[in-house]
Amino acid sequence: MKMKIIREIVEIRISDIKLEKANVFKNQDIPLNREHSLKVETLFTEAMELFIEFSHPKGLVSEIPIPEFEVVYFGEGLNEKKTPLDEIFKKADYLALFAVTIGEKLSQKIGELFELDEFALGSMLDAVASEGTEKVADIVENRFSELLAKSDEITSSTGILRYCPGYCGWHMSGQKKLFEFLHPEDIGVTLLDSYLMKPLKSISGVIVIGEKEIHNFIDSYAFCSQCKTHFCRDRISELFRE
Amino acid sequence: MDILNKISEHLQLGDDEKVRIFTKEAIKAKISPKEILNDGLIFGMDIIGKKYKAHEIFLPDVLLAAKAMYAGMDLLRPMFIKEGIPTIGKVVIGTVQGDLHDIGKNLVGIMLKGAGFEVIDLGNDVSPSEFIEIAKKEDVSVIGMSALLTTTMPFMKIVIDLLKEEGLIGQIKTIIGGAPVTEEFAREIGADAFGYDSINAIEKVKGLTGMT
Repeated sequence: MKMKIIREIVEIRISDIKLEKANVFKNQDIPLNREHSLKVETLFTEAMELFIEFSHPKGLVSEIPIPEFEVVYFGEGLNEKKTPLDEIFKKADYLALFAVTIGEKLSQKIGELFELDEFALGSMLDAVASEGTEKVADIVENRFSELLAKSDEITSSTGILRYCPGYCGWHMSGQKKLFEFLHPEDIGVTLLDSYLMKPLKSISGVIVIGEKEIHNFIDSYAFCSQCKTHFCRDRISELFRE
Repeated sequence: MDILNKISEHLQLGDDEKVRIFTKEAIKAKISPKEILNDGLIFGMDIIGKKYKAHEIFLPDVLLAAKAMYAGMDLLRPMFIKEGIPTIGKVVIGTVQGDLHDIGKNLVGIMLKGAGFEVIDLGNDVSPSEFIEIAKKEDVSVIGMSALLTTTMPFMKIVIDLLKEEGLIGQIKTIIGGAPVTEEFAREIGADAFGYDSINAIEKVKGLTGMT
């Protein structure tokens, strides 16, 4: 039985956010398997304390029917000619737009640290904040998946990945229609004319739920050669890991 | 000279307090501010830069050293101003119009100051005309632009086009950087250099100003 359309503001406790040190250190160009100084460890600990003190995580998720997402995805007509998501979303069982933020206060704190010449701590806190925002997005993704699981909509062959404007050929201007549908201002996230979100540490996009195989693509699109990270490889591998 | 070695060593350790103490000692010992800067502080930062490139140390270590550098420079700055000693070059930096990301730009600014440049940081959301106006007013050698959104990158080209219109190409050099920015893009828009990270940006600026 199809559920009614889900839209939920997801309450998130700081204690629910499980940051991965490896990801924070990667952002700071520190390989986890390399020895680093005690000072770096201290910086990380201090940054984590500031993260707990200053972040105000919030999330919003709203299911969207495929035909309506098609309109959102087309956006301002500036996407690359062919993108992975072109085919992926059409094969999905469920789609949900989402937005998350860890709030403005943490960004302000980062700025203050730089003004006080506390560059190392400001930079580490920025890295912690970026990782924290991704983890909040994970929580919202899991929340949506739990809601579907209650109605037995999730099976062992289900794969869930999120995709965001600005990546993989989906133009940044895609934020505009996404915001018109989702209304992330309900959680304090607004969109500037340059398609930049405020607070800065915010993420928006679409959660795609379907058979795992729909997410499998090769990074041979025209724009892939410009990509500096190819994160898609790890994301897809993770999905198929036993 | 022992005091200058101590300044350099403690800078490399990121100990801003010790750098401050030994810089004061050096001043008291009548060592010239230029010598303290070049053979103590910049000498230490150069070693930091080499160690970072060799992957012996990482970004946090570099930034701790930069803070220590600033501690020393804060004591020297009034002396430089009093004696009319110029910096090795003047650079204006900013995040382009429509973009509020500034961490990368801030890191470049920190490292440029650490290398002895005078840096005029215009902040973020800087219009093309503001870059040009300040660059001309301050008689800078280089304009450094950062963008983290593909939608704001075009403003970098506008700045370069304005330099062409004003006949300032070659006189004022440009360097660009930021996550979506590439070497190819830099070539396409006529930028003089592309910095893939803050340390690389400093090397490129030194090259643009003939300091290498």
